[in-house]
Amino acid sequence: MTAATSPVLTVRDLTVSFASEAGRVDAVRGVSFDLMPGRTLGIVGESGSGKSVTSLAVMGLLDDNARVGGSIAFDGQELLGRTDAQLSKLRGNGIAMIFQDPLTSLTPVFTIGDQIIEALTVHNGRMSRQAATERAIELLRLVGIPNPEKRLKSFPHEFSGGMRQRVVIAIAMANNPKLIIADEPTTALDVTIQAQILELIKTAQRETGAAVIMITHDMGVVANIADDVLVMYAGKPIEQAPVDELFGDTRMPYSIGLLGAIPRVDKAEKQPLVPIKGNPPLLIDLPDACPFADRCPIVVDACRRKEPELLPVGGKADHRAACIRAEEIRGGRIDGAPVYPVPIIPTSELVRTPREERPVTLQVENLTKTFPLTKGAFLKRKIGEVHAVKGVTFDVREGETMAIVGESGSGKTTTLLQIMDFVPQDDGDIRIVGTSVGDVKGGRDERRLRRDIQIVFQDPMGALDPRMTVFDIIAEPLRTIREPRERVEARVDELMDLVGLNPAHSDRFPTAFSGGQRQRIGIARALATNPKVVVLDEPVSALDVSIQAGVINLLDELKVKLGLSYLFVAHDLSVVRHIADRVAVMYLGSFVEHGDVDEVFDNPQHPYTQALLSAIPVPDPVKERTRERIVLSGDLPSPTEKPKGCPFVSRCPLYRTLGDAERTRCESEIPALTGREGVHVNACHYR
Amino acid sequence: MSIADHLIDPLEHGDNPPPSEPELRAGRKRMSKWELYSRRFARNRPALAGLAIFALLVVFAVLGPLFQKYDHIELDFLALSDPPNADHWFGTNNAGNDLYAMVVVGLQRSLMIAVVVSTGSTIISAVVGAAAAYFGGWIEKVSLFVIHFLMLTPTFLLLSMISNDSGGDWRVIALVLIFVSWFFAARTIWTLSLSLREREYIHAARYMGVPGITIVLRHMLPNIGSLLVINFTLGVVNAVVAETGLSFIGFGVKLPDVSLGSLIGIGASTVSSAPWLFYFPAAVLTLLTVSMALVADGLRDALDPTSAAGGRA
Repeated sequence: MTAATSPVLTVRDLTVSFASEAGRVDAVRGVSFDLMPGRTLGIVGESGSGKSVTSLAVMGLLDDNARVGGSIAFDGQELLGRTDAQLSKLRGNGIAMIFQDPLTSLTPVFTIGDQIIEALTVHNGRMSRQAATERAIELLRLVGIPNPEKRLKSFPHEFSGGMRQRVVIAIAMANNPKLIIADEPTTALDVTIQAQILELIKTAQRETGAAVIMITHDMGVVANIADDVLVMYAGKPIEQAPVDELFGDTRMPYSIGLLGAIPRVDKAEKQPLVPIKGNPPLLIDLPDACPFADRCPIVVDACRRKEPELLPVGGKADHRAACIRAEEIRGGRIDGAPVYPVPIIPTSELVRTPREERPVTLQVENLTKTFPLTKGAFLKRKIGEVHAVKGVTFDVREGETMAIVGESGSGKTTTLLQIMDFVPQDDGDIRIVGTSVGDVKGGRDERRLRRDIQIVFQDPMGALDPRMTVFDIIAEPLRTIREPRERVEARVDELMDLVGLNPAHSDRFPTAFSGGQRQRIGIARALATNPKVVVLDEPVSALDVSIQAGVINLLDELKVKLGLSYLFVAHDLSVVRHIADRVAVMYLGSFVEHGDVDEVFDNPQHPYTQALLSAIPVPDPVKERTRERIVLSGDLPSPTEKPKGCPFVSRCPLYRTLGDAERTRCESEIPALTGREGVHVNACHYR
Repeated sequence: MSIADHLIDPLEHGDNPPPSEPELRAGRKRMSKWELYSRRFARNRPALAGLAIFALLVVFAVLGPLFQKYDHIELDFLALSDPPNADHWFGTNNAGNDLYAMVVVGLQRSLMIAVVVSTGSTIISAVVGAAAAYFGGWIEKVSLFVIHFLMLTPTFLLLSMISNDSGGDWRVIALVLIFVSWFFAARTIWTLSLSLREREYIHAARYMGVPGITIVLRHMLPNIGSLLVINFTLGVVNAVVAETGLSFIGFGVKLPDVSLGSLIGIGASTVSSAPWLFYFPAAVLTLLTVSMALVADGLRDALDPTSAAGGRA
């Protein structure tokens, strides 16, 4: 980058406000940055921080309701104040956008080809159909869609999520834009696909020389892809720096908190995460004070007197932070002490007892589930079977967390539901604290067994009946087992206290609580009957990182305090590494690797586990650059056909390096879980 | 400074600061759900007005007979087709019946029929619709078969035959009206409940071991509550209209018994020569339906946690 190059995009004092019934919402309050060609700017922030609104303002895609102030200059031309028609000439031509959800950003009734060709011809009126088709094929090949000539005629529903996102990127690249805005492009995708897409965005950038704005909440993604980072909080940038500076010498307490709150997949030792207390402020009538003051651990009186400006720190012009104490903070410490006090998580007595001597609380043997595939509306004919879960076996012992990880469609949720539904197994068994679900006869037996196993759901809103007060929600399991009334009252207060909620708030409805608090309500409800096993179905994936850390710590603490066993299902391996004692990696309905968490994460054996682990972005730019990444090709195959051999053959990087004789074994023989029994087993013939 | 100085209890670091003692004690007196609902309802002025009107109508129907000078079947031959006067407050008809007495009795009948029919059909439709959706399987198959079968039968014909047979007994009419009005609503509720069944809180309740029928009553029905409330109001209005129609063609409530419907039916024919015969019962009917609509609106806002009133509770 030479000094002579002028920025592609210059944003100065951008403000966006919306009128709402409660008052004026100041969604963006003064964002400024320059973006040079070929550079990538990462904008990070939690939900409601104004990062998406900023990008929509640049695209001119905001609602009529929004009032935009300041200046946005693209390539030297002012964009604000232009009409929609004028902006349309730029959108998709000079500036392209990649949206979050690939399932909804393509029109379902047109073919992929038509949509790419439309993007091309709408800006180049003279381009012939022939030329446009050729360019479309070239684009599809560039984004790695096999067989582009044929796929051009396919409709979006014939593609998987990752493939659709590739098509969206192809459309974004179509006219060689100077600026690509990617709004959480990988959030809706699995990790292995995320790795592919991030690579692809880098490719797109190389091909077109475009500048990229990457909007994300994932610090790992930022470390992976960004050159410069802008951290936003309450509509304002609070720290702005080159990526190495930001991660290496973080100055603003909020950024420090964000980094401390993320569990790391590459760290073995169990340190408690550092949650940021409280919730982001409402963006209505903000006082002239630091918006983070109420959540900041090192707040001083001066913080509340005036909102700090974004000023250079450490004598470097390109590192700026909005904190009056920024100069005092060095490497996450102030006056030699950490900015965030590290919470203590008590260690359990149980952990000292060897695993084999602890009682088994949940035992699953050869769990299998097949769904019939039927055809016809009236007379349903069975035309095949979906093998969602194939012979899964594991046990969870007292005081232990067993995690099942896998991508979407791997069968992990089906496994959970089978256990929770107490489905008797033909060729196996599910035993909860010694009682087989096959022995459950009638409602009374079932209720007795349900006392011992409870579940926490993923969506903290959906799992709480919006018509019931928090008291009634938490009391429901107690009333179901017919606890006396006085006992219920006392127990609900006790439970709310236990999960860190104020018992005085028990007459409120769930809508009055934030996401993290709602999840705490869900946890309190699950604990009401003093269960032995708690099933956690992605309990933190719907929460922002700073809130997520608090919930993870709570789960950790409760496990120790109450001697619980967790069966934890997640797709986020960093969270799993942090919370689990044992882990099983699931692929197409069966375990491919299973063992102690440190064993599996530090020494992954199965090629799939290796790929999965290498695909997770680590919030450390230096490590990200040097890490070797195994990028898996393709998607999960269809679970309708029963493979003759190893189900991973179609995507396996190891398979490709094998000789013909060895390959035949992969194709014809289903590998069994082998290795050190109970410690670390994997299902690969050659590992 | 050692690291231990900076260690704190993680629970204190949750989304909430730990509650202070006085706050905790204040929490002992928990507001019940119904208190909360009534508070919200009371904030809605038009709904309160509606409730007041409705209450007045009920009081009028109950206490009205105490003030009447004539019985509704008594004939005053000295006052045929008299306009309202000091003796006959609402006037008389051409046979000499006192209209005030007839409106009081008619209101009683119509209120009873409307409330009984609407309550009955709402309960039946809600339970059948939601239970069919929740349980699925053969319960769903049978319920839907019955609903679809009833949709195809000419129910009005059935209704008029039976009510005519009964000699205009209002209780029979009410039963028959329930029988012919529950299934359309049940079909709608079934459709709505289907999506409700897949909600996580329903799963959560099931995994707590809550019995199926309790889930239907405690979780499914309250969450289609606003629909039920609207159904109930429309049911009141519809029942009055249906009963009016029946009475008008002579299949409904029969003299000497009267209802608002039959009074309006009779009054409509003399609206130019004896307008009071039409306007008094019509005004009472309008008040009845309008007040029900206002009450329904207020109830819906109070029960719905996402409504504007919810934020202030």
